[in-house]
Amino acid sequence: MTTHDSGIALKRTPLYEQHRALGARLVEFGGWEMPVQYTSILAEHEAVRTHAGLFDVSHMGEFKVEGAGALAFLQSLVPNDVAHLAMHQALYAQFCNADGNVLDDLLIYRLAEEQYMLVVNAGNIEKDLAWVKAHAHHNEHVTITNQSDFTALLALQGPKAQAILQPLTEVDLASIRYYCCAAGLVDGVNCLISRTGYTGEDGFELYCAPVDVGSLWNKLLAIGTPQGLLPTGLGARDTLRLEAALCLYGHELDEQTNPLEAGLGWTVKLKKAESFVGKDVLQRVKEQGPRKKLVGIEMLDRGIARGDYNVYDNEQAIGVVTSGAPGPTVHKNIAMAYVDASHAVVGKAIQVDIRGKRLAAQIVPLPFYKRQK
Amino acid sequence: MAKLQHPENLKYSKTDEWIRVEGNLATLGISDYAQDQLGDIVYIELPWGADENISDEAKFGDIESVKATSELLSPLSGKIVKVNENLKDTPELINDQPYEAGWMLVVEMSNPAELANLMDAAEYQQYLQGR
Repeated sequence: MTTHDSGIALKRTPLYEQHRALGARLVEFGGWEMPVQYTSILAEHEAVRTHAGLFDVSHMGEFKVEGAGALAFLQSLVPNDVAHLAMHQALYAQFCNADGNVLDDLLIYRLAEEQYMLVVNAGNIEKDLAWVKAHAHHNEHVTITNQSDFTALLALQGPKAQAILQPLTEVDLASIRYYCCAAGLVDGVNCLISRTGYTGEDGFELYCAPVDVGSLWNKLLAIGTPQGLLPTGLGARDTLRLEAALCLYGHELDEQTNPLEAGLGWTVKLKKAESFVGKDVLQRVKEQGPRKKLVGIEMLDRGIARGDYNVYDNEQAIGVVTSGAPGPTVHKNIAMAYVDASHAVVGKAIQVDIRGKRLAAQIVPLPFYKRQK
Repeated sequence: MAKLQHPENLKYSKTDEWIRVEGNLATLGISDYAQDQLGDIVYIELPWGADENISDEAKFGDIESVKATSELLSPLSGKIVKVNENLKDTPELINDQPYEAGWMLVVEMSNPAELANLMDAAEYQQYLQGR
């Protein structure tokens, strides 16, 4: 129940006043003052699963990478295969360091023939920019621009997302496939409309200019509220992404963890033509198998496993929880954890040390929640 | 957002517990401010057995909201004579009625002088504004 007192001024999104007016509880997140909840995390979580939720995620960072060398440059920087991207398609990837460990995870959009947009985590903007620029040093075929201060971002998520958004745009939303995007007007505002999200539900993310995001936010709330939409904070975003087993940087991903350990092997393309930072190590990890693995945990005893709690196989410490919470949709207390690879077996009985008590839990498959399509 | 209530007939601690005194008995719970800060409460651990002793500023339980775990700190010393068993299965009572159905413990005070360290409603209100 303490608030930040770091003394560092927190950044605010263009929607700060809207959040205040809605009675949001604001907290520090990645150097930003962000709404953690408006009314109740449980109610907001439920709204996204059953109707819709609207998130301000303008704190996210956006870089433009363009030029004749843009593709080759990105190929050298991320383990995923950017060459596969069609126009207006998006790809999930990571920046890895030479040890193969994760500096950040990101989305890469291909917006034009030789133009890409990278969307990175708010808390890593400076680090990522320095990393990307250092690798582009002396490369005259690629230009990197930090657009973060000129880009606002809303996430409209949930089964009603398309029905709420469609009346506001002439873009045929049904034609935008998952992980694809289209440029177009939404309520007269220039947007990049992307069928992406971080909740395990269908939905859209809308990139626009900061000056326009206020009216767009108000309009979406006005249209969506009668259809069950709630403004939704980072608290519900966290429980939603946990149920969907989506990694959060600083929890499941960090500079001590490689993507193979995180279960992101599908994003590591060791066979692509170009080499990339961290490839040698990731090749070796792939051959020998990761030493730790991300697993799902379901509590059997009453208790909630939180980040940093230790995981045991009887007397033996086998790992550490990365994220944990009550899963509002799955109605179980769930967590993700890294455990030694030899213990990463679905069905295995384990214990979590919750404030000095070893409580019974078991390893379960990920994700905890998968939406019915 | 509904306005937070801090009834005048109660005492409050700096760690956001409320205390209702009746003779030698003190009933305690957490304030409206505290439940609002925590958000949706999903689980609480109290000394269910009663008959245990608690002491001033010592931990007497843990409370879990969706987002985080917090410790419950005792505002006074004494013997626990009653625990609100309803909170085991319906901890959300603490959100809904922090001063009524959301009470946590009844304690037989061993050192009523400790009450002097607590705030009245006006002082607590002022204390909250300074946070």
